Amino acid sequence: MSNTTKTIILASAVATAVAGLATTAAAAGDEKCYGVSLAGENDCAAGPGTSCAGTSTVDYQGNAWSLVPEGTCTAMELPAMDDGSARMGSLEALERDIPA
Amino acid sequence: MNVTQAAFRAGLFDPELPAPNGLQNPDGAQASKRFDVYRNNVAVGLSDALEAAFPVIRKLVGDNFFRAMAGVYLRKHPPKSPLMMFYGQAMPQFLRRFGPAQSLPYLPDIALLELAMRRAYHAADAGSVDPQSLGALAPDALLASRLRFAPAVQVLKSGYPIHAIYRANTTADAPKPVMKPENVLITRAGFDPQIHLLDQAATTCIAALKDGATLGETLVDDRLDLGATLALLLGQSAITSIY
Amino acid sequence: MFDQPRDTPLPALPGVGYKPQHYADIIKDADPVGWLEIHAENYMGDGGRPIAQLRHLAERFPISVHGVGLSIGSEGDLDPDHLARLKHLVDWLNPASFSEHLAWSTHDSHFLNDLLPLPYTETTLAKVASHITQVQDTLGRQMLLENPSSYLAFAESTYSEPDFLREIVARTGCGLLLDVNNVFVSATNLKTSPQAYIDAFPVDAVGEIHLGGHDEDQDETGAPLLIDSHGKAVVDPVWALLDYTLARTGPKPLLIEWDNDVPDWATLADEAKRAAKALDGVAA
Repeated sequence: MSNTTKTIILASAVATAVAGLATTAAAAGDEKCYGVSLAGENDCAAGPGTSCAGTSTVDYQGNAWSLVPEGTCTAMELPAMDDGSARMGSLEALERDIPA
Repeated sequence: MNVTQAAFRAGLFDPELPAPNGLQNPDGAQASKRFDVYRNNVAVGLSDALEAAFPVIRKLVGDNFFRAMAGVYLRKHPPKSPLMMFYGQAMPQFLRRFGPAQSLPYLPDIALLELAMRRAYHAADAGSVDPQSLGALAPDALLASRLRFAPAVQVLKSGYPIHAIYRANTTADAPKPVMKPENVLITRAGFDPQIHLLDQAATTCIAALKDGATLGETLVDDRLDLGATLALLLGQSAITSIY
Repeated sequence: MFDQPRDTPLPALPGVGYKPQHYADIIKDADPVGWLEIHAENYMGDGGRPIAQLRHLAERFPISVHGVGLSIGSEGDLDPDHLARLKHLVDWLNPASFSEHLAWSTHDSHFLNDLLPLPYTETTLAKVASHITQVQDTLGRQMLLENPSSYLAFAESTYSEPDFLREIVARTGCGLLLDVNNVFVSATNLKTSPQAYIDAFPVDAVGEIHLGGHDEDQDETGAPLLIDSHGKAVVDPVWALLDYTLARTGPKPLLIEWDNDVPDWATLADEAKRAAKALDGVAA
């Protein structure tokens, strides 16, 4: 590509970009982050008392791991790539590996 | 018996250990359930922080799996900083190696995306360039111009449909993801981070501009729609100045 | 030493712990809330909505910065990076007050995200006092130290909590943040008298009072175990203990903390109205 060509392409691209502008800025009080807050906060509250997962050993010991992912997207269809390569592990076959 | 903070901390993370010797109930008996209050505070507090940081990962694996995985993560990667807004930085590499999550190999890239969105949310404010000042530049000057980007602006490349997966889990009526590689641009005009799907040419262009390439140097791919790319960047207040 | 309070202290009015979901309500009509408290760590990002909201609120309300991550009770040194972040926040915001907890949360560079307890001994006294002096010297202002909620006791303790706090005040010139719910929670959990605690408390140093809700649980013997959950309304016995406390302290800035299951603004404002009534009943 010659510099002249580049100059023409660039000038026309900038003209297009500047002509079609619409900015979308939100106000400080108007949170709309896909329904999820992105802040992530500290607080000084305690809880939830004496009985919950924090005192269970099975929830983090590898040899007791029995859970499988069961969220919204396990039913999602993700076939092979366009070139046929299998980039994904199968969504059904589950390796019940012991966490390292 | 003096209780060191090292012993206290060790007991917090290992429910198999008894409460440290020297912690008491009001009648003087060795504490047990009372120490569990702290165990639960720590585990639940850090799990809640991870849940807030990775809402899409949580949806993808389900509540039970996520809470159990959080229990593993928080013991392997306790926070190194008191800022809960940035807890979870090691989640992508953790997910790459976490056996029970291997059936969903796109999770590490989704974690990277969620971390990037939060980084954008808390990034420094930046004034955006007046688009007219770009339009006012002479063609030759334009060719040699470089752009400075707002701190919130990030480019992520993935071999998975991260844009579609993110949208399917955050937006009502979003289409079902189809397997293909996707790259995204994150911007923040105002206060709400936005995620935009990028084609390969636009990805290369924006990444080069962020690395300090001139506008002329980005014109290497015939498939690049530079007008649309610049319109996206200017419209999202992604460019702070031209130099 | 920082014996003098700030020239623009918090007013002796009800305040609430600020939650971003209440932003629009607060801007519209905050009555009877006269000031707001924020958690320092949530405003240590570089920018964006949290900082913008805080700047906006600080133009309208006195702000109290309440730290939850400094780990003043650490056996080791204070985290210099975190102290620098705190100084940056306090420098630009110039809040009416800064407070932190008599607790530790960081060990060996790991932050545990909870307010963990300390034994009350000569060793911890010296360590806490030196950390408070370091904080006050760094910030160039007096800080307030808050009494914790206790779930258990340390066999090694040689001070009562009020005596420990009195000695901290004497050594550092700091003020105290008296959390009345914490007094009630600790006294119930450790089978002591909350009124006796208030009687023994160095009330002259009190610069602020906290109130919050707690949960009820039991230990393995069936003894009541109250949890400082900040997840519900303040209970009547704690309001009664507040009246008892205010009779000793006189009117003070009075904060409602509600961090979990955060209610709508109207419910929180009702708690603040009850706090306003409690303050009205006290002679200055």
